[in-house]
Amino acid sequence: MAGPGGGSSDVQWCFSQVKGAIDDDVAEADIISTVEFNHTGELLATGDKGGRVVIFQQEPESKNQPQCRGEYNVYSTFQSHEPEFDYLKSLEIEEKINKIRWLPQKNAAQFLLSTNDKTIKLWKISERDKRPEGYNLKEEDGRYRDPNTVTSLRVPVFRPMDLMVEASPRRVFANAHTYHINSISVNSDCETYLSADDLRINLWHLEITDRSFNIVDIKPANMEELTEVITAAEFHPNQCNTFVYSSSKGTIRMCDMRASALCDKHAKLFEEPEDPNNRSFFSEIISSISDVKFSHSGRYMMTRDYLSVKIWDLNMETRPVETYQVHEYLRSKLCSLYENDCIFDKFECCWNGNDSVVMTGSYNNFFRMFDRGYRQDMTLEASRENSKPRSVLKPRKVSTGGKRKKDEISVDSLDFNKKILHTAWHPLDNIIAVATTNNLYIFQEKLN
Amino acid sequence: MSGENEETQAAEETSVDEKEVQDKVISPEKAEEAKLKARYPNLGNKPGGSDLLRKRLQKGQKYFDSGDYNMAKAKIKNKQLPTAAPEKAEITGDHIPTPQDLPQRKPSLVASKLAG
Repeated sequence: MAGPGGGSSDVQWCFSQVKGAIDDDVAEADIISTVEFNHTGELLATGDKGGRVVIFQQEPESKNQPQCRGEYNVYSTFQSHEPEFDYLKSLEIEEKINKIRWLPQKNAAQFLLSTNDKTIKLWKISERDKRPEGYNLKEEDGRYRDPNTVTSLRVPVFRPMDLMVEASPRRVFANAHTYHINSISVNSDCETYLSADDLRINLWHLEITDRSFNIVDIKPANMEELTEVITAAEFHPNQCNTFVYSSSKGTIRMCDMRASALCDKHAKLFEEPEDPNNRSFFSEIISSISDVKFSHSGRYMMTRDYLSVKIWDLNMETRPVETYQVHEYLRSKLCSLYENDCIFDKFECCWNGNDSVVMTGSYNNFFRMFDRGYRQDMTLEASRENSKPRSVLKPRKVSTGGKRKKDEISVDSLDFNKKILHTAWHPLDNIIAVATTNNLYIFQEKLN
Repeated sequence: MSGENEETQAAEETSVDEKEVQDKVISPEKAEEAKLKARYPNLGNKPGGSDLLRKRLQKGQKYFDSGDYNMAKAKIKNKQLPTAAPEKAEITGDHIPTPQDLPQRKPSLVASKLAG
């Protein structure tokens, strides 16, 4: 039996929980836009199109049910961003949360960065479980006492109270991005972080809000010459001088901040050569990278483009070491996918705790896992129909040939409005969070 | 000598033919591209080109400009002036929104249903 995060051939996934409304009429504000575990996996944060953040906390394992790891319950919820209006350009700034990134915990409080298209905010989430009582000059309800009525003195004491979780904005990092922010990434030095928009990447210090350093600028002098945009960026997990950014042309550039202040010249360029005979109208669009993630080890990075997931060895720029097809059957549907804009959907991807399995979403509320060691892949579905507690998820299959077997679904029956763009894997255990349009599913490994 | 040349030439022609056949057979992408071009003959040949990217950078947020709106209203009332050649409309959006078109910009006062 493989250990935690082991091969998917051994792991069976069970439904654990689902959060969100059941009804099909989805309000735009409820569309989930980001999902992220913190560094211990105890907390799970979601952001939505309405600018709200909801944080779930894992209950400690109970002795009564050793078969289950703890459930996730609401810990805190707050309005992170609100809609704004750029008066100068007559443009509305959406409150949608594009990304949430947790800071490693330093003290009793938890910190996370959340960003919309233009502004990044540092939020402090702290617990309060006691309050002072017995003030001399204040009544219990807060009214001030007349000092003349005080005849004796007492020492105020702390008394326990019901747990209160408070979220407060500690820093607001604004006005540094002309274009839409697509990524934020906390540096391993825990002092700085980067934010990336379509054309520029900025470096911030967590304590300083009134300035940031521009470290990448790919804006051409003449916008007519624009050929590619930045699609994602991330700091290396343990080398604080290294970061990567991906482009709409399918390339990844790795930069070293020690080399120069402006990292326009890359240290490494990762690009898979393309067969010119296979080039089509769609080639560049489907090669656009929607997500890039370093492995926990820092030896590899994973990229997601429209049809595949690729694993790159940081020591080899010429081609990926592994390529996994997510939904190759869509290659013969590209025309309709272009017409309904689905070809521009930005899927994310994630690693499991020990980098042996990777996961990404697809359509019809399907999501895919690829076991790198056992070379096996699995398709699962997030749906209310498979939501009996601890029921094992049955692998799904899309039929590509003419004959459709029982239990298979044909490509034409797939629901392209049911997309799983955001998934997250617990950093240590086999617990995954999968976001459908407006619901959050939590699945756990079946423990015997 | 000439015999050999002829043979090589024939071999090259065959391999080109084979490649064409192969293209038609094994490239679903190219088939999809042909479908798209059939439906939209005016589609430019540079899909990843600056037009698409600039549209992406704008992200299509509708905005209301009272100046544009009133000018458009005035234009409709009077006869249509001879219009200039259609500009590259990508940047400014398809049409001038009316106040009724704009989505409400209320912040979400309702709590998230995930927390329910």
